[in-house]
Amino acid sequence: MEQAAPAKQNLWGGGKSPFNVEYGKTMMWYFLMSDAFTFGAFLISYGTIRFSSHAWPDPNHVFRSFPFIGEMNVPLAFVTLMTFILIMSSVTMVLAVHAGHQRNKKEVVKWMIFTIIGGLMFLGCQAWEWWHLHHQGAWWGSNPFINIDGTPANINFTNLFFTITGFHGFHVFSGVIINIVMLIMTLNNVFEKRGSYLMIEKAGLYWHFVDLVWVFVFTCFYLF
Amino acid sequence: MSNDVALHGHPEVVGSHEAHAHHHKETFITKYVFSQDHKMIAKQFLITGMVWAVIGGLMSVLFRLQLGFPDESFPWLEDVLGRWAKGGKISAENYYALITMHGTVLVFFVLTGGLSGTFANFLIPLQIGARDMASPMMNMLSYWFFFGGSIVMISSLFVQTGPFSGGWTAYPPLSALGDASPGSKVGMDLWIISMAMFIISQLLAGLNYISTVLNMRTKGMSMNRLPLTVWALFFTAVLGVLSFPVLLSGVVLLIFDRHAGSSFYLSDIFIASTNTALPNEGGSAILYQHLFWFLGHPEVYIILLPAMGIASEVLSVNARKPIFGYFAMIISMFAITVLAFLVWAHHMFVTGLNPFLGSVFVLLTLMIAVPSAIKVFNWLTTLFKANIRFTPAMLCAIGFVSLFISGGLTGIFLGNSTLDIHLHDTYFVIAHFHIVMGVSAFFGMFAGVYHWFPKMYGRYMNNTLAYIHFWGTIIGAYLIFWPMHYEGFAGMPRRYLDYGIWESFKQFAELNKFISIVAIITFALQFLFLFNFFYSIFKGRKVKDQNPWKANTLEWTTPINPGHGNWPGEIPEVHRWAYDYSKDGRDFIPQTEPIDPNESKH
Repeated sequence: MEQAAPAKQNLWGGGKSPFNVEYGKTMMWYFLMSDAFTFGAFLISYGTIRFSSHAWPDPNHVFRSFPFIGEMNVPLAFVTLMTFILIMSSVTMVLAVHAGHQRNKKEVVKWMIFTIIGGLMFLGCQAWEWWHLHHQGAWWGSNPFINIDGTPANINFTNLFFTITGFHGFHVFSGVIINIVMLIMTLNNVFEKRGSYLMIEKAGLYWHFVDLVWVFVFTCFYLF
Repeated sequence: MSNDVALHGHPEVVGSHEAHAHHHKETFITKYVFSQDHKMIAKQFLITGMVWAVIGGLMSVLFRLQLGFPDESFPWLEDVLGRWAKGGKISAENYYALITMHGTVLVFFVLTGGLSGTFANFLIPLQIGARDMASPMMNMLSYWFFFGGSIVMISSLFVQTGPFSGGWTAYPPLSALGDASPGSKVGMDLWIISMAMFIISQLLAGLNYISTVLNMRTKGMSMNRLPLTVWALFFTAVLGVLSFPVLLSGVVLLIFDRHAGSSFYLSDIFIASTNTALPNEGGSAILYQHLFWFLGHPEVYIILLPAMGIASEVLSVNARKPIFGYFAMIISMFAITVLAFLVWAHHMFVTGLNPFLGSVFVLLTLMIAVPSAIKVFNWLTTLFKANIRFTPAMLCAIGFVSLFISGGLTGIFLGNSTLDIHLHDTYFVIAHFHIVMGVSAFFGMFAGVYHWFPKMYGRYMNNTLAYIHFWGTIIGAYLIFWPMHYEGFAGMPRRYLDYGIWESFKQFAELNKFISIVAIITFALQFLFLFNFFYSIFKGRKVKDQNPWKANTLEWTTPINPGHGNWPGEIPEVHRWAYDYSKDGRDFIPQTEPIDPNESKH
């Protein structure tokens, strides 16, 4: 302990990173803060418009379909599955990062593949849901779902839904691309040669962030 | 995983300059175009900013011609501008396009890109003792996104329907409805694309500045030994990284309103020009204003903080005195950074904002006067009883302080929601923000260019031209903007083409003429600066002394013309703060000098 104390005093003294992190990780954290403000602005816009509207459609009515089961009424079942897939992909990402810490290339490859599959499945689910809603007549500027109190449909429900879930989906898409690049770099032994799987960790930060944002998006559109 | 590896994740970047500094041959493309050297990128930002400043300034000359001489026509204008000025008179649409572009260009492309882009890139690595930015690649991309945004913005000047013309704030519904005005058609789309590219550029740049300052300081360069320039640029970067994304969200929603038929900002609208009632319902134009000003207000400090940092450094060096209240300066800048995020609604006092909420924003706004005043008093105390060297940079730094005081005082008027009922959207506002963030930031920029020109190009700028430029510009600035306060008190609104139709504003016809003439002369004077700059790059007096200003900071320990990597050998170690001037009978003690046990404490 006596030896640790002076080192602690000099953390900010220059010549080293005060947080003991490589610059890329600092950048990633600040980028995520920045991106949190982007989503924050979207969700605050959602709140502003929602609370100035007199009524809103019922999510249990809008999101009640499930692929391949016809007209069965299963409110929120599909989005639950989507959310489960995305959260599971976060778990596999944690395992990939963990394997990276142990410099176990085989395990990293395995868990990265699972994470990529999870991301693609989520995107597929979202594509189906969008397609299905579009099929029912929902799109930017058109909303077939009447409000919960029976009044004519509030047009901004679909506007906000497609814009914000679309922006989130774009983030998931970017994340999948990043993860594929990471997988290829792992397979090409780039990290083995570098002696560190830090890049996997940075990609993991982004991936977890995208999952976290989904929790808020999900809450706003599906639960309230 | 060893810690060392974690910290140097990219061995090809970190430390490569030491090993290869003299080995790899640079082509013209890698050295001047797609350069990854922070010094070259800084020069690229500076020169692009200068081009933009000329374009944006020329626009102000054109609309000042209209404002000063509303009854006259200038046939040569038609020769130059073609259908923008049929019969030698600028048409109303194009007048609005000119003021819109003038604002957008000066605020974003000159005073944000040109100012913090130049000096953050140039000074951060040199003053903290780093070989380059954390990610030179991202740094290069940041410039090229900025350049791309510039090209898109310029291209909007040449489209058939003209550039966007709804004011630099781009408020909907005008900006959301293509049918509302010619400028709201394709010009607005180009405006949004250009701004989106600009935001990406700012994000890449800001992340780089932050992680460079935090991670790459040389040995001994603790945060409380950083020069104030670096502190200022650091806070600027934090502001940019946290506020620009909100504008991005705002314009994304706007583009959906424009093209996807959504109604985020639109409700109950009838367009007279096409005689149609729009189906949009439920949106709020005020929402856009909140999103815009959540960026827009921090943006003011993104412009001003670098100028403050530059002025602090230049004042201290040329006063041959330590900056007064170094820690107070840092805490003030921190307070300004925090408060910058909490005052945006003072731009919206007359939008129907709840008066109680307004009073909260009044309080928070007036609180900014405290750190600002602390900074001003510290600058003045630094000058007090100093042995001042009146170099051009020093004059410009003093000019900055003068303008910041003059413009800051009128900010106290405007921060009051009650006074703002009378003063909002008048020439008082124009006078206020042009002095406090327009011209004063320009003086910070001039100070920086004069002071660091020897480091940028290894030559000096011409002093005589610089003195003429300084005095002409500062007198011109006051003569242009001081009278506008009176016009504003009288209630003269901004953004009008012709005030002749109002009985109450006819009295200002001669004053407007006077302002326009001074504005044209002052604009012309800027070519003296530009000539001085470009002439001195090639023909200026050569720098013979490694440390021409006898300054303490690290950039003056590099060779006169530093290569990529900045220091040929080891990066020097730092032993003291940056402001040991006139201490223990010595004129200055560089940061690299170890502390003598007999030295007095400061």
